[in-house]
Amino acid sequence: MEKNSSVHRVILEEYGVPNAAEYSNLQANELWNFEKFKENLKIRVVKESQDGRELEFDLIGCSAALANAFRRILLSEVPTMAIEKVFILNNTSLIQDEVLAHRIGLLPLRADPRLFEYPSNPGNEEEEPSDQDTLRYEMKVTCTWNPQAPKDSRRPDDIYRNNNVYSRDIKWTPIGRQAELYPKGEEQLGMLEGDILVCKMRPGQEIHAFMHAVKGIGKDHAKFSPVSTATYRLLPDIKLTRPVKGEMAELLKNCFSPGVIEIVKNKKNGIENREAKVKDPRYDSCSRNVFRYEDLKDCVQLSRVPDHFIFTVESVGALPPSALFLEAVKILKTKCKTFIEEIDSIE
Amino acid sequence: MGRLAELAGDEDTGDRCRTFVFQDEGHTLGNALRSIVSRYPEVLFCGYTVPHPAETKMHFRIQVSNGRAIDVLRKGLEDLEKVCDHTSKTFEAAWESYKSEHVA
Repeated sequence: MEKNSSVHRVILEEYGVPNAAEYSNLQANELWNFEKFKENLKIRVVKESQDGRELEFDLIGCSAALANAFRRILLSEVPTMAIEKVFILNNTSLIQDEVLAHRIGLLPLRADPRLFEYPSNPGNEEEEPSDQDTLRYEMKVTCTWNPQAPKDSRRPDDIYRNNNVYSRDIKWTPIGRQAELYPKGEEQLGMLEGDILVCKMRPGQEIHAFMHAVKGIGKDHAKFSPVSTATYRLLPDIKLTRPVKGEMAELLKNCFSPGVIEIVKNKKNGIENREAKVKDPRYDSCSRNVFRYEDLKDCVQLSRVPDHFIFTVESVGALPPSALFLEAVKILKTKCKTFIEEIDSIE
Repeated sequence: MGRLAELAGDEDTGDRCRTFVFQDEGHTLGNALRSIVSRYPEVLFCGYTVPHPAETKMHFRIQVSNGRAIDVLRKGLEDLEKVCDHTSKTFEAAWESYKSEHVA
């Protein structure tokens, strides 16, 4: 296998990765040099989804340890607000109190966690919640018969009122100075999605509850996680080692994800020629499907760029993904700072 | 405070070898820090472990050829901090340029 010394690649063969040990990140291949890191690190934002909740960017020139630290922090250490306590005054629906409370806890909130403090003394039931660390919500829904129900209709949505309880039925209520601090409270602090089904009811049943939301992190409970997913993958690289033409080109194209291989048509001496070319390896799934065909096996070299991370952050919605990544970096920095101070206090 | 502890070293190596115990930390900080500290020239060995999954503790061991292990740990943390600062700056710049290209 030819190997260019200046270009590092993780090589994907039919069975396994022959040079995996080189990139295991266990041995130190090079001395640490911050200036060099500065030179090598590149970040390029690739795309943001229409709704602004998904962000894809390239993190180039850093170690997997760092990329993984940011990913782990995004998942479990960047804070958000979520409902932590549910005070049930009345619940005559079929769903049990504790199950209902759990479902309510999982509802995503719109509130920006950076505006609030962590709860000062968790576990203290007696103390009044402070407007600095707690958001209060109320839900009061009663299911009734619909007096204007169309005749002969048997559909629950026609004959009952409030038979479905949605997250939009939960309303924010200000405490302390919150009413003046957040004049647009409901849009700023309310439910992120209005159409999440919380429970179903029948006439005569009622739910009346108060809720307290606090700031927390995903490590404590997944409901506090600000992202649905945060992942990274290495940039794939595909090289054709010899020309692939005609029927084989078509077959080769089908071995990869759509858009990875293109077929170039050219006319030479009146005969139409089709040749496969690598168009864009970025979104290849690296399925290694080519290796299933004996006659295509030796035409390609599949590999990945070991220090090019395609990072995808999918926010739940309280904060935009770009802000979340910056928060994650800040949290790693705070960790370092804390422990530098700890060293100072030991010595 | 009190989130960092030091395990006793032995007489032969003195200050050169130490295991530090990080309270409430895990692979996130452990691996990131190790990836930097293990690349210092004076470091003979650097490794981390989370001894038990139910205990939120991370053990970080440093052995150096000369100097003190604790100074190397401090240097590692300072370097990681600089790395974070630079990452933040680079990301902000990348985000700004993406925004300016895609607003129009």
